[in-house]
Amino acid sequence: MLAALLFLGLPSMLLAQTDCLSCHADKTMQDAAGHSVGVDADTFHASIHGSLSCTDCHTSIKQYPHPDKLTPVKCAACHADQATGLGGSVHASVSAQPCTSCHGDAHSIFPKTDARSAVYPLNIPRTCGTCHSDPALAKKYGLQNVYSVYMDSIHGYAVSKEGLLVAANCMSCHGSHHILSHKDPQSPTFKTNIPNTCGTCHGGVMAEYASGVHGKAVAGGNLAAPVCSDCHTAHAILQPTLADFRMQSTPICGSCHKGRFATYQDTFHSQLGLLGGYVETARCWDCHGAHNILPESDPNSPVNPANLIKTCGRCHADANASFVKYQPHANPRNRKLNPPLFYTRFFMNLLLWSVLGFFSLHTLLWFIRAKREQGKAGPAEEEKHD
Amino acid sequence: MTDETSNVPAEQPEGQPRANDQPQAGGKEKYYVRFTLAQRYLHVVLFSSFLGLAATGLPMRFSDNTTARFFARMVGGFGAILFFHKFCAVVLTLAFLYHLKDIFTRSVVHREKGIFWGPTSMVPNWKDVQDVIGHLRWFVGMGPKPQFERYAYWEKFDYWAVFWGMIVIGFSGYAMWFAPFFARFLPGWALNAVLVIHGEEALLAILFIFSIHFVNTHLRPDSFPMDMVIFTGKETDEEFRKKRTLEYERLAAQGKLEARIGDKPVYWWENFARVVGFTAILIGLLLLVLTLIGYFGTA
Repeated sequence: MLAALLFLGLPSMLLAQTDCLSCHADKTMQDAAGHSVGVDADTFHASIHGSLSCTDCHTSIKQYPHPDKLTPVKCAACHADQATGLGGSVHASVSAQPCTSCHGDAHSIFPKTDARSAVYPLNIPRTCGTCHSDPALAKKYGLQNVYSVYMDSIHGYAVSKEGLLVAANCMSCHGSHHILSHKDPQSPTFKTNIPNTCGTCHGGVMAEYASGVHGKAVAGGNLAAPVCSDCHTAHAILQPTLADFRMQSTPICGSCHKGRFATYQDTFHSQLGLLGGYVETARCWDCHGAHNILPESDPNSPVNPANLIKTCGRCHADANASFVKYQPHANPRNRKLNPPLFYTRFFMNLLLWSVLGFFSLHTLLWFIRAKREQGKAGPAEEEKHD
Repeated sequence: MTDETSNVPAEQPEGQPRANDQPQAGGKEKYYVRFTLAQRYLHVVLFSSFLGLAATGLPMRFSDNTTARFFARMVGGFGAILFFHKFCAVVLTLAFLYHLKDIFTRSVVHREKGIFWGPTSMVPNWKDVQDVIGHLRWFVGMGPKPQFERYAYWEKFDYWAVFWGMIVIGFSGYAMWFAPFFARFLPGWALNAVLVIHGEEALLAILFIFSIHFVNTHLRPDSFPMDMVIFTGKETDEEFRKKRTLEYERLAAQGKLEARIGDKPVYWWENFARVVGFTAILIGLLLLVLTLIGYFGTA
């Protein structure tokens, strides 16, 4: 009390926290516009900015009493790099208080390594999700509503269920302050940058990918070739051994490899796989490999003729040289590529339609005749028998 | 359908009804034995396993069809579908082997006549060719109705279609089941071909049985709604004379007709058979519709 009186007597002195808090510790305190101006002293002291004076940020306050209307706090005064990054990002124009949208209440900001921080790795999805789970917002900016699919993904699961700090959260792929559209070549989510972005964690896979046909094609500037997210999707990434992923990814390969997909669909591998249950029949990558797909001519390719017994043998224990002559992409409709198969199908169809054709006609005529006979002779015959 | 041939003396057996009974011959209708109990059971085993094979095989063949996927999911996915399919296949194979053994025993061991030739044989003969033409002529009003022996040509066709079908579908099926083993003596492309053969031949079997056989044998006006003889083993004097005039006359001439007389089928047995038979026909017709949807919907 004495201290307070003392300071009150010195209006021109710069003010210490305690001076401000003598009023602002009242958590119900509001300004003229109805915004809360109360500060939780304990939280603030514990926060990363707890050692600063109020006036370090609220620079327009020079003395007490201070004016009603203050100039907005400029975080950029200290955090210049972050501010610059944000300025050029997709979030540049989003909010009047861009920093607190993500970092939370200015008086309770914690370092990102602190579990209380809004940008602590395990909290990031929820923080971004405050806006990015809003369908109206997603529609307004033409975005996909990604929050819920991310939370159901293998990364989301690792964050929310396993609490893995190293699991990919939004920031791991998109960055933090300088977030760019995936259409921007500088963005870590731009198509050609995606392998490196994912490779930050998945280094081994990235190296394999780079040595495969898809990696080489993308590196050579062919943007039609797939990167990680084309097969695994960006946000809804599933555990690749899950039946759902095994089911969903084959049509993804097929969206480019249309001819191969069509012939695959004619096979037992595909027919059984489509019926659900446990999907253990061969899908594309079971034979071709996933990340380091190599052309058939490459001796290291699992579909190179020399490796087929081993490749097929992973499912078919007794695979032998003749067995692997089976063509997993044979096309019975193509006479030039698969003559024996073409003629087999041709003969079977001929048999099918000639038998059915003859007997359909036969049965139809018989039916009509018998019906007519029944109508005519029926009563007469009955009389005869009685 | 699977009945190779059964000639007169073999027609007696069957446990339940006593055969020669004059008292019945008086007022009520006489019944004649056509199929043995074993033959009737074989037909039941045959159509049950065939329905099972069709119901589980069609979803595999038309696996991109929603009904197929729904059904597969209901029974527990493709693992269950494949299990049931193989199970029914083994049952049908055993029935087929039993039938082969039966023919062997009757023809070779018991030296029964008329299995491979003659009027009671399942083997097609010149008369069958004449009957096809004659029957077709009669359909369009260009000639008299041909008279038939023990097995008419369409019944022989039914029999051989199933016989051939079981060999072809069975062989191609086992070739897929034990592909690495079969690959030892089959060329590589044959492993591709067996799926095509299996699928097309099965499609033929399904379409044929569920439409042609159903109508020819059960749903045609003379037998509508179901020919009970394959379930009860017996038919009335009138049916016998009308449908198999030549056999009737031959037996009468040989004086063997009396030996074929059997009891009127018991009520509960006939009704039970009706329930089983109609269930089978309804399932078959449902599968026929689904097959046509699958075939023309995805072609």
